[in-house]
Amino acid sequence: MKFIELNNVSKVYRNGVTALANVSVSIDKGEFVFVIGLTASGKSTFIKTLYREEKPTSGTVMVGGLNVGKIRNGRVYKLRRKIGIVFQDFKLLPKLTVYENVAFALECVGMKSSEIRPRVMSALERVGLKHKVRSFPGELSGGEQQRVCIARAIVNRPKLLICDEPTGNLDPDTSREIMKVIEGINKDLGTTIIMATHDRDIVNRMKKRVLLIEHGVLVGDYAKGSYKTHESN
Amino acid sequence: MRAIRIFGRSIRDAFKSVLRNFSLSIASIMCTTITLILVSVAVVCAANIENATKSIEDELSIVVYLNSSVTEEEIENIRADIESQENVADITFKSKTEWKEEMSAYDDTFETVLNYLDENPLMDSFILKVNDVEHLSETSEYIKSITGVDTVKYGEGMVEDIVSAFDVVEKIVVVVVIALIFVTAFLISNTIKLTIFSRRNAIEIMRLVGASNISIKLPFIFEGFIIGLIGAIIPICVTIYGYVILYDVLNGHVFSNMIVLIKPFNFVLFVSLALVILGAIVGMIGSMRAVGKYLKI
Repeated sequence: MKFIELNNVSKVYRNGVTALANVSVSIDKGEFVFVIGLTASGKSTFIKTLYREEKPTSGTVMVGGLNVGKIRNGRVYKLRRKIGIVFQDFKLLPKLTVYENVAFALECVGMKSSEIRPRVMSALERVGLKHKVRSFPGELSGGEQQRVCIARAIVNRPKLLICDEPTGNLDPDTSREIMKVIEGINKDLGTTIIMATHDRDIVNRMKKRVLLIEHGVLVGDYAKGSYKTHESN
Repeated sequence: MRAIRIFGRSIRDAFKSVLRNFSLSIASIMCTTITLILVSVAVVCAANIENATKSIEDELSIVVYLNSSVTEEEIENIRADIESQENVADITFKSKTEWKEEMSAYDDTFETVLNYLDENPLMDSFILKVNDVEHLSETSEYIKSITGVDTVKYGEGMVEDIVSAFDVVEKIVVVVVIALIFVTAFLISNTIKLTIFSRRNAIEIMRLVGASNISIKLPFIFEGFIIGLIGAIIPICVTIYGYVILYDVLNGHVFSNMIVLIKPFNFVLFVSLALVILGAIVGMIGSMRAVGKYLKI
């Protein structure tokens, strides 16, 4: 069985908008996949069904053997602990320090403080922010905040890292740095990465597998490195 | 172990959150303080009115004078008849000899006059306590109708009026207290709701990083608890100092010696305890309800 499998997944919102229409796709463990498409194409909905922020109207979403659509509200946290999520707007807790923000993901699992500290420090080291542990998010630049968000996402060593437009709010140079960090996580830790983006430059440069969604339909599934070729043709 | 750790961290986070969201915490605390003061005043009034009514009722007794011709056997029958009345709480017999002794001891003139007469002109009597002053007149009417009973005496009219007036006031105050408690619960839980509304992003983030519902709720519940406790401090001071001073100034009674105030200790301590519990519980429930709203998808 594949690590992630979507079978005929459709999502129709209450207002009648179809965000996903019969999407079927499978992703292996350790893959790095871009999900691209225009604004309102359904790529965000696609990403959200993976971490059960949205329930599919029909079809099944399997992540690591779990039928995501079937998980009850009170049990969603069990899925969330197995995946890391990085957001465009960082979603850091403004009243917590960098250390506390990262440690939070482990604290809510009930991990011992003595185990939390080395884990948090190593996650912060990976994103290059070890020296900012005591800062509050408001005191950091956009790129630094995104690194904290990444550190928080990987601190519980998830098998899957979901990134929803992580470079959307950042300048090209900072974006490149963030992508380096994310690629490092994929290579060094073997974490599966699914990243929604509309930054064509990044997609072209990194030559990864690309899923193209248009009007809720998966119109293209390009193998590693083939997307740029396709575009230039 | 894990549950204890989550519990401990929730308490720590609650304290942190009270401090880091200081202005919002102050708003909730002030709201709690003001409503608890109102509750305290209402509770003190209600308890004192209740107390005054009780003490007047306790003081009240009916004296039943018997015809001078009744025999011992008839007296026993009359006693049994009176005792069968539900409203009669207590009955004691006082013979005319006892009356004579009591009156003689009270005043020399009585003694002289009574000794001058050959026969004791006084009457045997029963002294009754009643359960319910509201039905005083009905009870006395019935007793009057028993053969062998000469007269029935009690503070007709006035006592009943006072007691029934107190009864109305007491009922009103009880309604006010209950209403106030609801208003307090509503106000506190709404203020906390507002403070939590401003932190709905934080709740969303907690859910996204895999916090279970209970570990999200716990810090907020403790926060409500802390706010309730802190909010109760000033009302407690107001209650203790305010009531003790009031008691001293009024010398322990209002209007007349008949309406006695409750002694400040341990009364104020009970009221304080009630305020702490009310503040804490309402704070906790308010927070719980408010967070619950953001935990559904």
